[in-house]
Amino acid sequence: MKGLTSKFKAVGALMILALILSGCGEEFLSALRPQGQGASDILSLMILSIAVMMFVFVVVMVIYVFVILKFRKKKGQEDFIPEQVEGSHTLETLWTVVPIILILILAVPTVQYTFSLVDTSPQVNAEGEEEDQIWVNVTGKQYWWHFEYEGMDVTTSQEIYIPTDRRVYLSLHSEDVIHSFWVPTLQGKIDVNPTGNRNEIWIDADKEGVYWGKCAEFCGPSHSLMDFKVVAVSPGEFEQWVKDMRNIDPEETPESEVATAGQEVFANNCMSCHANGTSPNKIGPNVSNFGDRERIAGVLEYNKENLMEWIETKGEEMKPGNMMTTAAYDLSDEELDQVAEYLMSLSPSEITPENAEDNEYIESDLSDLFIDQEENEDEGSEGESEGDSEGESEEDSDSNQ
Amino acid sequence: MSATATKKAGFGSVLWDYLTTVDHKKIAILYLIGGFFFFILGGLEAMLVRIQLIQPDNNFVSAQFYNELITMHGTTMIFLAAMPLLLALMNIAMPLQIGARDVAFPFVNALGFWLFLIGGIVLNISWFTGGAPDAGWTAYTPLSIFSEGHGLDYYSIGLQIAGFGTLMGGINFLVTVITMRAPGMTMMRMPLFSWTTFIASVLILFAFPALTVGLFLLTFDRLFGANFFDPSMGGNVVIWEHLFWIFGHPEVYILILPAFGVFSEVIPTFSKKRLFGYSSMVFATVLIAFLGFMVWAHHMFTVGLGPIANSIFAIATMAIAVPTGIKIFNWLFTMWGGTLRFTSPMLFALGFIPSFTIGGMTGVMLGAAAADFQYHDTYFVIAHFHYVIVGGTVFGIFAGLIYWWPKMFGKVLNEKMNHWFFWLFFIGFHLTFFLQHFLGLMGMPRRYWVFLEGQGLDLFNFISTIGAFFMAAGTILFMYNIVWTAMKEPKASGDPWDGRTLEWAVSSPPPHYNFKQLPLVRGLDPLWIEKTEGNGKMQPAEPLGDIHMPNNTIIPLIMSIGLGIAGMGIIYQVDNPMWWIVAVIGFIIFFGSMAVRSLKDDLGHHIHKEDLEKEGDGSNG
Repeated sequence: MKGLTSKFKAVGALMILALILSGCGEEFLSALRPQGQGASDILSLMILSIAVMMFVFVVVMVIYVFVILKFRKKKGQEDFIPEQVEGSHTLETLWTVVPIILILILAVPTVQYTFSLVDTSPQVNAEGEEEDQIWVNVTGKQYWWHFEYEGMDVTTSQEIYIPTDRRVYLSLHSEDVIHSFWVPTLQGKIDVNPTGNRNEIWIDADKEGVYWGKCAEFCGPSHSLMDFKVVAVSPGEFEQWVKDMRNIDPEETPESEVATAGQEVFANNCMSCHANGTSPNKIGPNVSNFGDRERIAGVLEYNKENLMEWIETKGEEMKPGNMMTTAAYDLSDEELDQVAEYLMSLSPSEITPENAEDNEYIESDLSDLFIDQEENEDEGSEGESEGDSEGESEEDSDSNQ
Repeated sequence: MSATATKKAGFGSVLWDYLTTVDHKKIAILYLIGGFFFFILGGLEAMLVRIQLIQPDNNFVSAQFYNELITMHGTTMIFLAAMPLLLALMNIAMPLQIGARDVAFPFVNALGFWLFLIGGIVLNISWFTGGAPDAGWTAYTPLSIFSEGHGLDYYSIGLQIAGFGTLMGGINFLVTVITMRAPGMTMMRMPLFSWTTFIASVLILFAFPALTVGLFLLTFDRLFGANFFDPSMGGNVVIWEHLFWIFGHPEVYILILPAFGVFSEVIPTFSKKRLFGYSSMVFATVLIAFLGFMVWAHHMFTVGLGPIANSIFAIATMAIAVPTGIKIFNWLFTMWGGTLRFTSPMLFALGFIPSFTIGGMTGVMLGAAAADFQYHDTYFVIAHFHYVIVGGTVFGIFAGLIYWWPKMFGKVLNEKMNHWFFWLFFIGFHLTFFLQHFLGLMGMPRRYWVFLEGQGLDLFNFISTIGAFFMAAGTILFMYNIVWTAMKEPKASGDPWDGRTLEWAVSSPPPHYNFKQLPLVRGLDPLWIEKTEGNGKMQPAEPLGDIHMPNNTIIPLIMSIGLGIAGMGIIYQVDNPMWWIVAVIGFIIFFGSMAVRSLKDDLGHHIHKEDLEKEGDGSNG
């Protein structure tokens, strides 16, 4: 019975610890307020390790305080010579063996999670079937992020959309220096390397929301400005978003006249680096759904003023060292206004970050997306003899490494 | 050459004496001056970093300058402040503790110091020639390859030169400990600080070559068109990370083990008890050093080494906690039953125990590979390593400096001011770094020039900056104390702390030959044994005779300057081939002085028996 109450006490202490920690930081950013499986697994490991370590710390501190209070030199002790103790086998064995046991307790879940967090094999559902996997190829560049949805013909930058309650698998690589992909609320970070290994990891979100992502590996002057967002929407909304995104017509004329003029400015000055739609061009960020972005350049408040200033100054001050500063264009004030208007009108999908915050949940098993994918793949293999599919198959093999 | 003789000499001759000295005690003072200068410089860089982060979206310094500041703060503090300050302690204490008259190779000892100083100066010249290195103290490729300007060239050349110096120091101490112990001073009677010096030297010997190789590859990539790390040419960027951390992880044990040694001297002295579990302390030190080479990849858990490698390195990392825990408990039980005197070195030792325990706890947490996916490269890591390096190494350095200050300068630093210094520094340290653990978990990655508003990071960053000012205030007080003590404090006796080990058996500062007659060591804590069982003085192990001592020489300084000039030539030859002339001149000076040293016999000098008899007994009065 006594053992049981002490167990309850231990669990209670752990829960209080968890509660204190969860008070720390913002819901969209803090690793202590997990919103997905990965981050909550890690948090439970953190709490276990903190608990074990607190035990050690308390033992040390109790002895420490006692020793300082009890054995301080007192008056009249000038000639007192303490016993010169050599050591104690019992005590020394005790504080060797107990830490070993504590570490073993910690090592078991550590190894378990070390494997499970990077396990990108398909999930098995209740019927024992392997689920179809959503794979996204992530590219990190100074100082922005690019996302290509494998087999879905969807390309976007800076904001990655994912369905809730389902793992999304990422395959990451860099085109310049080392970056690191980190969404603290959803999953631990993983490096984005320019050579060698192409890293893989999964993320998932338990509920809808816009979660902040950061670059965690030092990558240059604007390292601290290399933010991105994960927009988690319900599966039905995600399905809708994918369908809208793959049917973008970059030639489509915007509604307003200013924006139409801006479209031409864009075509003449920006298209060589920035794609609209599913073009593989990723010299600069893809602008397909620029109108729905949460932030400009990942960090600036989303408004026309900031956008125009960015385009005019090429972000020289706003994101020091960014690669757009090498672009050759020179736009008049009128053209700036037009192109900004055009970019802000780009909203090909009804699904925007607002849908991540409206609590509306639309069910879907997403199977539609994979049927299309299989068809796409069939087309791909049929057309293999044709010249222009070579690039595609090369990309496929790349991501399978 | 006692203290009174130098006092009468003019400034010029004192300066010349120090420029040419091969005496380990004077080299210790040189290391102290050099190391402390860079400590202040690195501290100033840290203050600028903290001011930049006092509020969100701050624009106190530019992004580029910020990156130079963080890079130079890390590089300076590790290579140019902590290492030389520890070498200062090793130089002053270790030869005395083992009962030697000097280190095994006094010439190499001087050369090691001058190489460190020239390397540090070369590195810092970059501030004035178009920008300091900006790729972080880890200089991860390919960022360091793509970095513009010459900053990273200064990094690779400067550290290479300073690294040669450290490597020589390490080898020198190894030979000294192995061959020059006094009669009766067996390995297992050696004071713990000498043990940790010995083990740290082993680590230096095996770890620094990895850095040397890495820096050579980096130099060749940047200056001679090699492509070891350039991904577009088939280079592999992860190799640099391995090389850097195969050096870098043992390096943190090189920094912490001597600090452990200092505490293992300070705590017994001020508890009036012998070190509890001496042999397990030695064993734990050796084990930490051994495991220290097995864990470098825990800096690379997120690189993508795969779960098998990550698990192995995770468990190896956690295992280090066991010997470290043994040490903590041994210190606690050394104090148990003693009579504690709260002198300022003891305060630093007492401040160290909880601080370092927290650092060790977060170390185990970081070692849990899966959880490291969240901690890695965040302020949690910043907090962790400042808890071990400041809470461990820097506290150890201050404890050791204050403890051995009388051996270096013949005066005890003012205790009252040192108490104030301790409390300012201790409180400031926890204020600065404790909350950074939480900042990291709340989503703040490290090396962030700005953090945005509305992320809930403002308050903790503000508090952290305030804490940094406390630490700065404490350090300024310490500097004031140094000057005040030099002018106002009375001369100290040879044994002002009621010490237990051999360095307290000679006068403060000791004569330049240390021991008139080598002492006979009868057990652990030899002076304590003589105090309790004998007449309080060391018994001589040899009759009074002539003492053979090395001559002073300017060659180490000239050699180092030559290498520094050659380094500058190599950095700039990419801009203009005429710089090759400078490089060649530098190498001629370097190899020329080497040749002079090798070809010209310098047999040293003898201090004659008759002169020794005149000088009194040389022990503490």
